[in-house]
Amino acid sequence: MRRSKLLYVPFWATYVFLYLPILVLVVMSFNSGDSAYTYEGFSLKWYGELAGDERIRTGVVNTLVVAAGSTVIATVLGTLLAVGLARYTRSKTLDALALMPAVLPDLVLAIGLLVFYSAIQLTLGLYSVTLAHALFSMAFVAAVVRTRLTGADTSLEEASRDLGAGPVVTFMKVTLPQLTPGIVAGALLAFTLSLDEFVIAFFTIGNAEPTLPIVIYSMVRFGVTPKINALAAILLLVSFTAVIAGQRMTRIGESRAQD
Amino acid sequence: MKSEAKARPAPRVRGRRLGAFVFLSPGLTYLVVLLLVPLGLVLSYTVFQRGRFGGVVYEFTTENFTRLIDPLYLGVVGNSLRIAALTTLIALLIGYPTAYLIAQLPSRWKTLALVAVVLPFWTNFIIRVYAWIMLLSGPGLVNSALGKLGLGPYELLYHEGTIVTGLLYSYLPLMVLPLYSAIERLDPQLREASANLGASAFTTFRKVTLPLSVPGVLTGCLFVFVPSFGNFVIPEMLGGSKSTMVGNLIRDQFLKARDWPFGSTLALALIAVLVALLIVQAWAARRA
Amino acid sequence: MSRIRFTRRLPAAVAAAGLALAVAACGGESSNSSDGATAAAAEELKPNADLSKQSLQVTVWDGYTPKELPEKAKEKLKVSEVKVGLHATNEEAMAKLTASGDSGIDVAFVSGQYAQALNEQGLLEPIHAELVPNLANLYPEAGQLSYDKGNKYSVPYTWGTTGICYRTDLVKSVPTSWNDLLKPPAWADKKVTMMTTERWLALPALKLLGYSVNTDKDEEIAKAKELLLAAKPHLLAYDDTTFGDKLVSGEAVMVEAWDGWCPTTEKNIKFAVPKEGSDLWVDTMVIMKSSKNKEAAHALINYILDPEIHSWAAENINYKVPNKAAMERVKAPEGSLLGIKPAELLDGESIIDLGQASTKYTRLSSEVTAQS
Repeated sequence: MRRSKLLYVPFWATYVFLYLPILVLVVMSFNSGDSAYTYEGFSLKWYGELAGDERIRTGVVNTLVVAAGSTVIATVLGTLLAVGLARYTRSKTLDALALMPAVLPDLVLAIGLLVFYSAIQLTLGLYSVTLAHALFSMAFVAAVVRTRLTGADTSLEEASRDLGAGPVVTFMKVTLPQLTPGIVAGALLAFTLSLDEFVIAFFTIGNAEPTLPIVIYSMVRFGVTPKINALAAILLLVSFTAVIAGQRMTRIGESRAQD
Repeated sequence: MKSEAKARPAPRVRGRRLGAFVFLSPGLTYLVVLLLVPLGLVLSYTVFQRGRFGGVVYEFTTENFTRLIDPLYLGVVGNSLRIAALTTLIALLIGYPTAYLIAQLPSRWKTLALVAVVLPFWTNFIIRVYAWIMLLSGPGLVNSALGKLGLGPYELLYHEGTIVTGLLYSYLPLMVLPLYSAIERLDPQLREASANLGASAFTTFRKVTLPLSVPGVLTGCLFVFVPSFGNFVIPEMLGGSKSTMVGNLIRDQFLKARDWPFGSTLALALIAVLVALLIVQAWAARRA
Repeated sequence: MSRIRFTRRLPAAVAAAGLALAVAACGGESSNSSDGATAAAAEELKPNADLSKQSLQVTVWDGYTPKELPEKAKEKLKVSEVKVGLHATNEEAMAKLTASGDSGIDVAFVSGQYAQALNEQGLLEPIHAELVPNLANLYPEAGQLSYDKGNKYSVPYTWGTTGICYRTDLVKSVPTSWNDLLKPPAWADKKVTMMTTERWLALPALKLLGYSVNTDKDEEIAKAKELLLAAKPHLLAYDDTTFGDKLVSGEAVMVEAWDGWCPTTEKNIKFAVPKEGSDLWVDTMVIMKSSKNKEAAHALINYILDPEIHSWAAENINYKVPNKAAMERVKAPEGSLLGIKPAELLDGESIIDLGQASTKYTRLSSEVTAQS
């Protein structure tokens, strides 16, 4: 197969473009100087400062609380919805409705929720963010679980129903076990999306102590400091580890499946 | 349970109704309460007035729409369209060759190359934007590197180009992934056949690969365009708080000016543009 | 509704108020108070209420109060909790405070004209002076502020003026007029920032034209808008929060700034009030009517007015505080602007809320930032 060498230019450009800023970010996090712009020597002091920053610590805790809460709600509702849509209705409108939170721009969801919360006079806080995150996460869970359902063999479910089991029993004993990988994938997706979500949280958090993305946003707005670089480096490390671990696990899973 | 079901005349129908209720009602209720009602409220606010201190006064007005078609605001909508379209185009131009090459890598490199495209996406969104402030600001690293060559310093932040760069950086993976899956799915034999019949690599690409990857192109463009068009964080951080994009304008109406009715009207315009785009996309996908 | 919750949250406080109060507040009202039917406009607050049953939520600008304020106040006032939320601008604070019936916020820090607007909406609890004895520490001038004469519903926290903050080593001539900012000379082109936060966006233009910062005349605002739009292509950016950093880094050479956020303690940075005059702004503390912890809220304000605490703002963020006892403790560092006397400050025009006309400024700000 002959390939033009020219194609490699945009190929490598893409990777340089994607990784150069990250590399700089990480290098500068070890800066011993106070400036985020000029490297003066190696030091871990910004990591120390980061560890002592209470706003970031509460930010991390709040983010995890919101992500966990919204994932639970989204996984339960999203799974039920996926089964309902795949097995109990043919309505295209309902299909579209279920996907809407995933398709609409986050800004539109954010203002809608702000307007709604305000109309019912809800005092905003972490729970209002959790409910909001569950809304779009549910759409993603439902979508992921559905792809699994469309591929799934329905004969077992039919057999179960022919034997007189009601929809709930069929679901618990037959459908659910088949769906587990899809549900886990959906839940993981929901969790990750919530961790990084900024816009909706920004609109619906009120005066509560903020989630990590909002903390970072206000830090950046009030100036550039290597502390943010240190935080960036740690977040990178965490997601790199998570991705690699995820890869390993799927590979092990696949090789087991082949055995 | 079993005997009970047998005693009833039409267990399947009853079961279906019960099933529909059990499975659909929780999620649909959630969607109605937290999606449809809020969007309905936003829609209704477009015909009401801003109160003296913010909030909404329920008196009918068309003022928000006359204000929307003011060249000033239409200009901002146009600006956002241009910026988002430009971002999408550049993403396509560098994303397509990347996805094309990844699809042809040996399989162990393939996974690595793909993961490498997505990985930056997994760091915090704000931090990714912040990285560009570090690189491009007045005393930033690009300028100090240029300074060593005796050039600059240039004002690299706060341009439209900076905004495009930021958007591109944030959403490029969303272009590469669908392109990759579209190209990768193509049967390699098609290309081989074309080559065997004497077509040049370029002709093969133009006549075989490109037409067959159009659905991936459309999806990728949509994935990049939608979040770019409604963005407010990147134009704010890299564009210097000038309301260059409709997202800033909407954000400002809700969190600064407290003019919810006008903010809702702008949001409606945003949705309208996206719906129009989705229709075009669906139409193009059907033709492809 | 809020009345009911208030009493339910405070059964102990009600009990502690005891017979003495029941007798003092004669009539049927107090006998009903246990089932929440009291309907007095200004709430009866109890000077010795049990604060350990109350918790406080505060919203304030980032970095505007000492970091350890929540813990210190909690310990000192014996309230159950003090939580501090942050806002970046007055507008953000207003969005939080007005978005919902009960924002959950007890004490908010907003600028004077916003305090006035909140009060006109009936959202503020009047300040019960008897619960804030430290009000006596304030300069007499602090009771003369036109947005709230006599501090009926707001307590001043800091005050100052707006001007041009500049780099002495990077400007070719010292800025003396708002014109230097609005029509920057060639050497300052694209090296100037202005603020977008409503009234301060308009201020340089209005003052240059010789108008009042509180004008509500359409033609005057329109003229100001022309000037602002003409200035826009020459700006580096609009900036309400990090203009000081941009000056220190040299990205900007002149910025529109509040005196306290002009980092005059850095070398080569100075602050000038243009000859056309400027404003007197005041950042205030207010108590929300929806608060269920009003006694604690008063106690917190009283605590902040303690010279030892209040002087923090002057020493650490370089803002003048309207607190005589606090200012007397402060040693002004080299280059700081803290030496300006209250009487001089009052030369600046006080920004007040303009009622319905305030929306003209909101709109001006939207239109100027949106114009390309």
